[in-house]
Amino acid sequence: MAATSKNQAANVPRGTRIRGKWNKQSYQVIKKLGNGALGTVYLADSNRGNVAIKVGIDSMSITSEVNVLKQLSMVQGTVLGPFFYEVDDWEMNGRCYPFYVMEYINGEPLFSFIERRGKEWLGILMLQLLRDLGALHREGWVFGDLKPDNLLVEGSPPTIRWLDVGGTTGMGRSVKEFTEFFDRGYWGLGTRVAEPSYDLFSAAMVMINAAYPQRFERPKKDSELFLLNKIEKSPLLNAYKPILKKALKGSYQNASEMRQELFSLLQGVKSVASNRSPTSSKSRVKSRQKRQKPKKQKRSGWIETVLLFAFILFFYTLYLVGHVF
Amino acid sequence: MKKGTLRQILLITDGCSNQGEDPVAMAALAREHGMTVNVIGVLDENERTDSGLKEIENIALSGGGIHQLVYARQLSHTVQMVTRKAMTQTIQGFIHKELQSILGAEKEIEDLPPDKRGQVVEVVDELGETMDLEVLIMIDTSASMQHKLPTVEDALLDLSISLHSRIGQNEYALYAFPGKRKQVEQLMDWTPQMKDIHTIFPKLSSGGITPTGPALKEAIEAYQKKRSKRGLLEDGGYFEESGS
Ligand SMILES: Nc1ncnc2c1ncn2[C@@H]1O[C@H](COP(=O)(O)OP(=O)(O)OP(=O)(O)O)[C@@H](O)[C@H]1O
Ligand SMILES: [Mg+2]
Repeated sequence: MAATSKNQAANVPRGTRIRGKWNKQSYQVIKKLGNGALGTVYLADSNRGNVAIKVGIDSMSITSEVNVLKQLSMVQGTVLGPFFYEVDDWEMNGRCYPFYVMEYINGEPLFSFIERRGKEWLGILMLQLLRDLGALHREGWVFGDLKPDNLLVEGSPPTIRWLDVGGTTGMGRSVKEFTEFFDRGYWGLGTRVAEPSYDLFSAAMVMINAAYPQRFERPKKDSELFLLNKIEKSPLLNAYKPILKKALKGSYQNASEMRQELFSLLQGVKSVASNRSPTSSKSRVKSRQKRQKPKKQKRSGWIETVLLFAFILFFYTLYLVGHVF
Repeated sequence: MKKGTLRQILLITDGCSNQGEDPVAMAALAREHGMTVNVIGVLDENERTDSGLKEIENIALSGGGIHQLVYARQLSHTVQMVTRKAMTQTIQGFIHKELQSILGAEKEIEDLPPDKRGQVVEVVDELGETMDLEVLIMIDTSASMQHKLPTVEDALLDLSISLHSRIGQNEYALYAFPGKRKQVEQLMDWTPQMKDIHTIFPKLSSGGITPTGPALKEAIEAYQKKRSKRGLLEDGGYFEESGS
């Protein structure tokens, strides 16, 4: 397929002015945010302030993403994906590059956030993700390519946001784009029909990925057993075992069912905390100490720390739920 | 627009042909028959061959399809992606023609204002999802491919998962070249379910010749046989129009 080396839009230098052929809006490139198979995303300055611009080569795939973003931006109340601003063409050196402009999400990658702030955030951010997925599903869409690369944590209070609607597919169709590790088809545990359970499987795999940053390959057979084994071997995942198991099996009809059960699990966090082996808790405290600079924290204070977490988590969850219901 | 059937030939190979008709010519012939020829080149992990590359590219080019070089490890994801892209491309080509008849010659989708392109893409998406699809898979089983065959099998099962998740119907046929006695051998006749392929695969025997051209010729004949069996009208286009 098209050689990427010829694609000048993949390396636009800082300061370049991208001017739309049709709408005549102009944007000044600040930096490259990332690139993928279908295009390159830049942070740019405009009269709207900072925006993210995705510049592609193939106008069909850019248009396809624009179709989704436009519809998601029309959904009232919830923010599903980056807000869409406009779509245009950029003519440069005799070539025409389609691009679209969207909200810049100034966030931190999911796993780096969890690493920095503590593992207890995994469950909380998943609650948020499941709420958003529920809303997306009710609008008739399935996210499809759900993976940590497409999840950012933004602002305060920390809120999970998703990017890259390239895989977002209408309910009942075949998922447009996916990544093997998060795809139930790859694991032999289901079809690629876009339905809520497809995303819920991926959400479970995102959690598993949090415990196994290196990921792993599928076995020749019995992948369900294999995955359950991975869950059991991880102290982090063991706390979520009941919901992970059901999500992998495809037993949840919708996101709010899974969310409800995750919520109950998190409420019982005290028992989760006391079930934890001292070693894992200790190492958690250690890593906290490293981050927080040498405070005068007693070694033996880990029990208090765990209890404190439990409390904060409990109230934060209440706070979240207060917002939703 | 009437729904129809998309016809693809998917060639999985790792190198140069060395026997029989020119595969590039056979690909061009297939295209005349309304099929598209897509080629996936399977490389070894530390292989840097440019020899087979040109042929792979040319077959796809004259067959109106797409080609992709890939390491065996990534084959699964690639096979379903190439098949999907090829479908989209074929449909786009067709819609492109329709567009030209509406907008006048020399009009490309890119000439439409971006806001209007959305509808075109929706139509392409809709057709890609709902049209029926026939895929004839042609596997190179020459000696150098032998150790890659288990991966090919995985990739085909993966392809069937993707295709069966579509709304449209699918049919597959599976051929290998060189065959045991003949240049080309049918492994599986047209069937809507690609299952039990692991029962066929271990039986493959690999030889030294690579008759890619004759394999493509056989693929064209297989399609024609299928058509006449069904007694459907031939239209020579990309779509077999069904209904009245
Ligand atoms: N709205 C946004 N705000 C901030 N960063 C963004 C935004 N959109 C994309 N990015 C960054 O750019 C990267 C690439 O974007 P995106 O995932 O949309 O590209 P892609 O071509 O679809 O890639 P792939 O399909 O390979 O995942 C993202 O991983 C992210 O880091
Ligand atoms: Mg992405």
